[in-house]
Amino acid sequence: MMLKVENVTKSFGGLMAVFDVNLELGYTPITGLVGPNGSGKTTLFHLITGFYSLDGGRVYFSGKEISGLSPYVISRMGVVRTFQQSRVLPFLSARENLLSAVPGQKGEQLASLFFKPRRVRREEKQNRDRADEVLELIRLAPLADALSGRLSYGQQKLLELGRVLMAGPKMILLDEPTAGINPTLIRRLVDVLKTLTLQGVQIFLIEHNMPLVVELCDQVFVMDSGNLIFSGSPAEAMRDPGVIEAYLGKADHAA
Amino acid sequence: MDYLLHTIIVALVYTVFALSLNLELGYTGLYNFGHVAFFAIGAYASALLSLAGVPVFLGMLVGVTLAGMAGALLAVPALRLTGDYFGVATLAFGEMMRLFFLNERWLTKGPMGLPGIPRPLGIHAGVSGLPLYLLLAGFLALAAFFTVYRITHSPFGRALKVVREDEFVAQALGKNVFSLKLRVVAVGSLLAGLAGALYGHYITYISPSDFTLNETILVLLCVVLGGRGTQWGPVLGAFLIIFFQEFLRFLPIPVDFGRVVAPIQGMVYGAVLIMLMLKRPAGLLPEYKV
Repeated sequence: MMLKVENVTKSFGGLMAVFDVNLELGYTPITGLVGPNGSGKTTLFHLITGFYSLDGGRVYFSGKEISGLSPYVISRMGVVRTFQQSRVLPFLSARENLLSAVPGQKGEQLASLFFKPRRVRREEKQNRDRADEVLELIRLAPLADALSGRLSYGQQKLLELGRVLMAGPKMILLDEPTAGINPTLIRRLVDVLKTLTLQGVQIFLIEHNMPLVVELCDQVFVMDSGNLIFSGSPAEAMRDPGVIEAYLGKADHAA
Repeated sequence: MDYLLHTIIVALVYTVFALSLNLELGYTGLYNFGHVAFFAIGAYASALLSLAGVPVFLGMLVGVTLAGMAGALLAVPALRLTGDYFGVATLAFGEMMRLFFLNERWLTKGPMGLPGIPRPLGIHAGVSGLPLYLLLAGFLALAAFFTVYRITHSPFGRALKVVREDEFVAQALGKNVFSLKLRVVAVGSLLAGLAGALYGHYITYISPSDFTLNETILVLLCVVLGGRGTQWGPVLGAFLIIFFQEFLRFLPIPVDFGRVVAPIQGMVYGAVLIMLMLKRPAGLLPEYKV
């Protein structure tokens, strides 16, 4: 099991955002998480990555419990996420955005800056080369030095994905990576995702675009008002009466 | 001529002070409104030790270290607060330190202040010592400048900016936000302590009224006027502000009117700040072109 979510519960006041959710991700390359708006998908991501504290339950990543750890610790363990709204660092250049994601940089230690400057410089050079590769991959190389706040929304989302790549993750959690971007860029993004899985990175993604989910995902979980209501293949999900009901309402209401 | 030397020395002191605040305010987005406390700790510790016969440079070293430690100690609880609340906590700390120096008479002689603080290297305390002290101040300011440069133009500086722009992203990228802020406040306080020590040994007399909220606002103005988050901004800001302040003395203002003019200075700074926020929010040397 790479990721195991066990009896996870979270409420906000009287609202039960996530209730007793159990799910397990094996070694499936791409797993989808779908469900109507407000069904608790993003909350579940916040809970897995430590941005929200759990009211109950546990989360394990490759056998180690990660519930209760700080977000930055979970990130360093290889579980890296993106946010629903694009969150590039607007006043840093595209390249700096990527560079900032490299984990364990010697140059982030003050002592190394003054006592091992050559090692810091060498490391920074390697990271820059790697950033330039990623910029090629996401096809933003010509905009490497532009302030990322000036990129289009779709480019920003690509840049965010590139940033996650630079973090060298084992698993990435993507919160609606294709929302609000044009079809051309969606294809580019899908290409990047496929490249990633070839490199052995596992992807867990929230996505509303069902054809895309069917195309990409090997396994899908469906949530509705805080509960996990389905797990299985995307094709089965499309036929499951419970899932259809969650999206469209009960049959007798519809009739 | 001597007066020019004096003005440059004070500007250099404020350059160091502004550089240190810029690390916190400009690069990390931490609004430290009690920064003068560390300036004061550096000044008092170094002055007290050298008055007790400790070699001046050793006293300065201790003062600088103490200021850095005090910064780290304040940061641990204060950094649990975010945004404006951090500002309020540091503001209170600045005032607390001033009251400490005012009331602990056994140590600081309270409002009487500490006269006769020696200058290092046997530099004469009078006007004849000015050129040498200018060299010393210039050397230390240069050292502070390059220290800050090394810190900000590095992956560490980049991580600070990430924290400034978006703490959630910083965490998602595995940055220990608390640790980064703690380290930057420690270094910032250390450099503020250096500025304070440099000031005390230069003026040769310090009292609690030298370390009020006004000084914090003055140094804040240096940073904001010059350009937050830039290497040269605080330098330019410090020189402009200090020269402006000293230049005011030459205006033909009647003595009786002087009592009125002092508060007007504060009003002018307030007006400059408001103008800046409206017209050039990024300062004279902006970090980036929008």
